[in-house]
Amino acid sequence: MSDDTLSGWEVVVGLEVHCELRTETKLFCGCRNVFGDEPNTNVCPVCLGLPGSLPVLNKQAVEYAIRIGRALHCRVQPSMFHRKNYFYPDMPKDFQISQYDVPVNADGWLELPSGKRVGIVRAHMEEDTGKTTHVGGGGRIHGAAHSLVDYNRAGVPLVEIVSDPDMRSADEARDYVDELRAILVATGASDGKMEEGSLRVDCNVSIRPQGSTALGTRCEIKNMNSLRSLGRAIVYEASRQVEVLSSGGSVVQETRHWDEADGRTHAMRSKEEAFDYRYFPEPDLVSLAPSQEWVRAVEDALPVLPAERRRRVAEAAGVQAGSEPVATVVRLGLDALVMATVAAKADAALALRRLANEVAGQLAESGVHDIDPDAFVRLVRMEHDGELTSAQARTVLKDFVADGGDPKAIARQLGFEAMGSQELAGAVETVISANPKEWERFSCGDDKLVGFFVGKVKAATGGKADLRAATEMLRRRRGA
Amino acid sequence: MSGPVHAIAADVRSGRRSAAEVLEEHLGRIAEREGSVHAFNLVTADAARQRAEQLDRAVAAGGDPGPLAGVPVALKDLICTRGVPTTCSSRILEGWVPPYDATVVSRLAGAGAVFVGKANMDEFAMGSSTEHSAFGPTRNPHDLARVPGGSSGGSAAAVAAGFAAASLGSDTGGSIRQPAALCGVVGVKPTYGLVSRYGLVAFASSLDQIGPFATTVADAALVLDAIAGHDPRDSTSLPDERAAAGSRLGRGAQGLRVGVIAELAGAEGISADVAARVNEAAEALAAAGAKVEEVSVPSVVYGLSAYYMIAPAEASSNLARYDGVRYGLRKPGADITDMYVATRSAGFGPEVKRRIMLGTYALSAGYYDAYYGKAQKVRTLIIRDFEAAYRSYDVLLSPTSPTTAFELGAKTSDPLTMYLNDVCTIPSNLAGHPAASVPFGTGDDGLPVGVQVLAPALGEPVMFQVAEVLEAAAPSSGGAA
Repeated sequence: MSDDTLSGWEVVVGLEVHCELRTETKLFCGCRNVFGDEPNTNVCPVCLGLPGSLPVLNKQAVEYAIRIGRALHCRVQPSMFHRKNYFYPDMPKDFQISQYDVPVNADGWLELPSGKRVGIVRAHMEEDTGKTTHVGGGGRIHGAAHSLVDYNRAGVPLVEIVSDPDMRSADEARDYVDELRAILVATGASDGKMEEGSLRVDCNVSIRPQGSTALGTRCEIKNMNSLRSLGRAIVYEASRQVEVLSSGGSVVQETRHWDEADGRTHAMRSKEEAFDYRYFPEPDLVSLAPSQEWVRAVEDALPVLPAERRRRVAEAAGVQAGSEPVATVVRLGLDALVMATVAAKADAALALRRLANEVAGQLAESGVHDIDPDAFVRLVRMEHDGELTSAQARTVLKDFVADGGDPKAIARQLGFEAMGSQELAGAVETVISANPKEWERFSCGDDKLVGFFVGKVKAATGGKADLRAATEMLRRRRGA
Repeated sequence: MSGPVHAIAADVRSGRRSAAEVLEEHLGRIAEREGSVHAFNLVTADAARQRAEQLDRAVAAGGDPGPLAGVPVALKDLICTRGVPTTCSSRILEGWVPPYDATVVSRLAGAGAVFVGKANMDEFAMGSSTEHSAFGPTRNPHDLARVPGGSSGGSAAAVAAGFAAASLGSDTGGSIRQPAALCGVVGVKPTYGLVSRYGLVAFASSLDQIGPFATTVADAALVLDAIAGHDPRDSTSLPDERAAAGSRLGRGAQGLRVGVIAELAGAEGISADVAARVNEAAEALAAAGAKVEEVSVPSVVYGLSAYYMIAPAEASSNLARYDGVRYGLRKPGADITDMYVATRSAGFGPEVKRRIMLGTYALSAGYYDAYYGKAQKVRTLIIRDFEAAYRSYDVLLSPTSPTTAFELGAKTSDPLTMYLNDVCTIPSNLAGHPAASVPFGTGDDGLPVGVQVLAPALGEPVMFQVAEVLEAAAPSSGGAA
């Protein structure tokens, strides 16, 4: 967010992220939890809320919730379920089983790649609703000609992660979601797919005068389907609030709907949001009290999480933990290659540079990779030792990442045989005798001409020459 | 006194009588009197006949259908039966047929029972007279001008009239025990969690419990043992570590400690004849060798008020799903909200609407602590007071219902008077404890009186032990209905 649009104001953002858990079955019944099946095929009396049916808590879902809680440094505590009552056709029981004042996970934090910590208020369990499709009436239920409901999603386990209002820009909010998604995927609890709705983000946005510590009145923004729309929505909403306050008005606390098409947020009709949820303890479930042993076992089984991986890569490569290349390499899961380079005592900083630039760029286009660490380390060595010029190394790397294979063989195939110093000396002599006038000026001190000669050497050798070595050789020859 | 359930099962298992013969006897009585009693919303005669024949073939082939072989059983019409309509005596479930059996239904079937029909009830189990049924009231087989009690009035009347040898009801605030008392049969509300609620259409989830009606204490214990036990489909179901309900039958009352609850025996509204029968029951236990004393359980007097916060609150949420979207009645509306309103206005009767409004209010923002929260505290107090009493007594005694069966229409215009029917039965629901109503003589009007035996959680064996002693000592309950 550029400061000029918000001159004098600071934006404050808190996020509520719903993530679907990758359990085999739903939260309270044995129906399959899969995305994309034919509508209303993964349903039973329990998730359809038929009269007489009762919920039974899924242990795997609890374990995933605990994984998420511990990965976010939350306290895992004895908790209970409540009923959140409101009428909507996507909820078979017309109440949602959720957690209210005592969630399973509370008081944690998440570390952004920049090193900043965002507080986590809670990460609680609840069941998902079905999915409605409103036909006619602008896609909203009121005014629709008819509506279709798919209850395959009803009862799918969710964890809702509520952050503190710790973010100060749209970029920071996006970094938070990116980081959270990486953590969720790392724990194995969720696939983190925003496009399929397995990760859904609502944000609370308020503004306040620069330097103020009080919180302004917030608006909750819903319906962002990508990180990009999250960023756009925050930028729009903050500038809307600036405009309201600057013209002497006041921000009304309300839920607003992000419209991707017109790039604005719109107040939802009060009829749709004037809810008194009448929470009360769910009498059909007993309280949830995971034993300390279980929590510890779940925690011990967690993989190394992104923040720690960044720390390790940065330390290994001797760079700042908050640096961009480190974040990129960890985000793309390339850090094992850096660590392999370190283990082989090769140039880790060079490896980091190549991975964060060339490899990351290439992966962004092709998306797939299966890079053999040993071979990668050999390639780094070849470049470091001058066997390949940096231009040659980048070319070899490109082929290597795309098709695999042995870097030495690739280099040979491309004709990037290391050029011996005698061969190079021969090329240099040829170039000098072919350009006597220029050589005389260069010998008399016109140093600008070094580029001219290096270019000639490069052309004469078909790009195989180590240009640093060629430059040194030209200078030595002049002085002789 | 073992009773007809024992007798039928023994006869059918041994081949002395066929299940078909037993069934026809009961269907004959239904044909004769159901028109005036209206105990059923649906009599499933054809399915019952097929089932009886199947059992008889099994016996002929040397098989044993189980402890309830050939026993005709009626099910309260809020217990889900696969392929058989389950109405809760409400218009809102019009046309709905459950695709699954309640756990108790599977267990009874596994024990050899034959289902004769779905019994009438107060709509969604809300009421004490079975007058709040969308399909018309059930009448008391002892006097057709009187109510059978409720909400499980159809289940009680079916057993009293000999339409079924046993039946199942549900008890949220007395809905098994009160009609049992008014119809002169035995009715039992088990410990909360002893019988699975899976497939029981919920009224108030933290209070609801399925239990049996039978003509004798031993029969009731037999049926309870057939349906009790842990069910992984019900998270509030208790583990299977307990003695059988009938395990202490035949032991008499010698040395038992019995407390008569002072606050209930002498409560305002308890009629003199009912109070007299409770006294006589206490004396009979003393005569059988029990130590009988009056005991104070002070907080039970707040039970009724707490109940009428908690039960409607849970009901308001449990009944939200009847919205016209997925099943049952749907009345069209201009938009979704209008459709909800039209459907629920047409589908629910006045008593159900009253409780939904009461419960919605009790849970509303700003009122929760004063109403629902406070009621839960009363519940805790009642549990504590009971715990204190059970340190000195094995069982407690009280009236079941303040009066004998009243006339149809006598209390329908005044909900509060109707609610007072449950004053003696509600405390056991709030505490989650078992309680049974046993017939013990008649009132001045010649109609049955029930005495209530209360026990601590999982105290069914001693509860049935004492109930059996009372049954043996009871003066006539006015003969067969």
